[in-house]
Amino acid sequence: MAAVWIYADVAADGTADASALELLTKARSLGGDAVEAVALGPGATQAAVTLGEFGASTVYASDDAVFAEYVGDPAAHVLESLVAEHHPSLILFATSYTSRDVAGRLSAALGLALMSNATDVSGPDSAQTQIFGGTRIVDVALEGPEPRLVLVRPKSFAPEPSGGSAQVVQVSADVPEDAKRVRVLAKHEEAASGPRIEDAKVVISGGRGLGEAGNFALLDDLAASIGNAAVGASRAVVDAGWVPYSYQVGQTGKTVKPEVYIAVGISGAIQHLVGMKESKRIVAINKDPDAPIFSYADLGIVGDALKILPKLTEEIRARKG
Amino acid sequence: MNVIVLAKYVPNPNGMPEIGDDFLLKREGVEGAMDPTDEYGVEAGLRLVEKAGEGEVTLVSMGPEPAVAGIRKGLSMGAHGAVVVTDPALRGADALVTARVLAAAIGRRQYDVVISGVESTDGYTGTMPMVLARLLGIPSVTFARSLDVDGGTLKAERQTEAGYADVEAPLPALVTVTAGVGEPRYPTLKGIMGAKSKPVENLTTGDLGLTAGDLGSSQKVTGVTAAPEKAAGQIVEDDGSGAERIAAFLQEAKVI
Repeated sequence: MAAVWIYADVAADGTADASALELLTKARSLGGDAVEAVALGPGATQAAVTLGEFGASTVYASDDAVFAEYVGDPAAHVLESLVAEHHPSLILFATSYTSRDVAGRLSAALGLALMSNATDVSGPDSAQTQIFGGTRIVDVALEGPEPRLVLVRPKSFAPEPSGGSAQVVQVSADVPEDAKRVRVLAKHEEAASGPRIEDAKVVISGGRGLGEAGNFALLDDLAASIGNAAVGASRAVVDAGWVPYSYQVGQTGKTVKPEVYIAVGISGAIQHLVGMKESKRIVAINKDPDAPIFSYADLGIVGDALKILPKLTEEIRARKG
Repeated sequence: MNVIVLAKYVPNPNGMPEIGDDFLLKREGVEGAMDPTDEYGVEAGLRLVEKAGEGEVTLVSMGPEPAVAGIRKGLSMGAHGAVVVTDPALRGADALVTARVLAAAIGRRQYDVVISGVESTDGYTGTMPMVLARLLGIPSVTFARSLDVDGGTLKAERQTEAGYADVEAPLPALVTVTAGVGEPRYPTLKGIMGAKSKPVENLTTGDLGLTAGDLGSSQKVTGVTAAPEKAAGQIVEDDGSGAERIAAFLQEAKVI
């Protein structure tokens, strides 16, 4: 097998996204001729140091602003040239908004297999995904010209450093004008204060069962009493405009794997389960004893969340003294 | 302003899907409907045409025979017509093949905007629209929670991990929309009656000039197995001690 590549999401401050380190850890176990990374956009060269520590022997990098200013196309264009030059067997991508754009456009340009939602990868020829809320594991054979492209669900692998270091190969950011079409004019942050939902030890998510948007304050109070806790939401309430999209846990939102996940007034649609079922422990509060979420809960309380939440916050404050 | 809206017929979107002996989702003999996420696309398309004061919304769908019935919902909401590609060869088509078929169907028409949901309720690969845009040679504005057309420019708020970004792209363009674009309208009685007489073009892959080489999927399901089941948890009725039980559980988990 030729090289295994990972496409790394990097931030302008030089941080490599956790997903890139997960992918590198997996890539090292696949037995390719080399494990290499591609990082494009401001911060890429600096992030290459971390990518090397997690197993990339080479990082093809460019810090050019064009990759941040235009969505998808410039990165897909550069990847296309790199693939033509180096012929990797497999490229792993994180399931992030922008990586999906890049992988999709690369697949179309070169006629490559593109698998989504992978939860495990065995090589360029096969990968796994899960369906129906993780109750079924599906083996998928990948065919056609290489490289095969696989989008991997976040937190599918635990990142482990390899202690290596990467050689950085600067790549050209010279992209044609027709790749500069989807232009980013301004970025807005809507994240809540406190720990990031992906990193928090405890995640408390609310759904329709909370009744109205104002009741999310009960979740904020509970999170504050616990400390190192973040508030999330189901798609139903994000769609209803109760909280910003950045709160959403599930297939289209965040994937979380905290020590404890508390689902409040969430029935447990497949869409939601995909984003939280790997949590270490799950607590569910719901009025409906038949809610699917209870099949996944270690502790389930059938009852009125609006009564239970204030008491719980008080109880935790008392226990913490 | 001519808008193409992609509409997918999915098996029972609110129920538990089933897998057939060939490891593919059962689509025949299962009651289905237009993917609920596509209703947002239809709504967004209708609004663009209404604002422009001219033009049409055309639904484009690929699917089995009943797909025609599935897109009725979109026609009753107000879409002006539909194109449906049906072909047994397309069973189990992956994102790339689906995009090739849709690109062939859309490429024959004159359009300003192509609208799609972010991902389907049944396959949820979430990449087909970007593949399609590249095949059509147009920009793709993904994860739009709002959109507007101003002259020859599409403007959108694109969702990001931390919030959203203001983005713009020249027309023609493809845009994938979330529920943020606006509540889908209910079909009126007049709309429902009128839907039956709207033009629906039925095509096969042969009509589109596609060959077997275009239609071979590069992904095949080779097995489906049950995931290990999680041990049953403790489910109790709240008798007033629910809060205490949870607090004790959190303490045992050492998070408080």
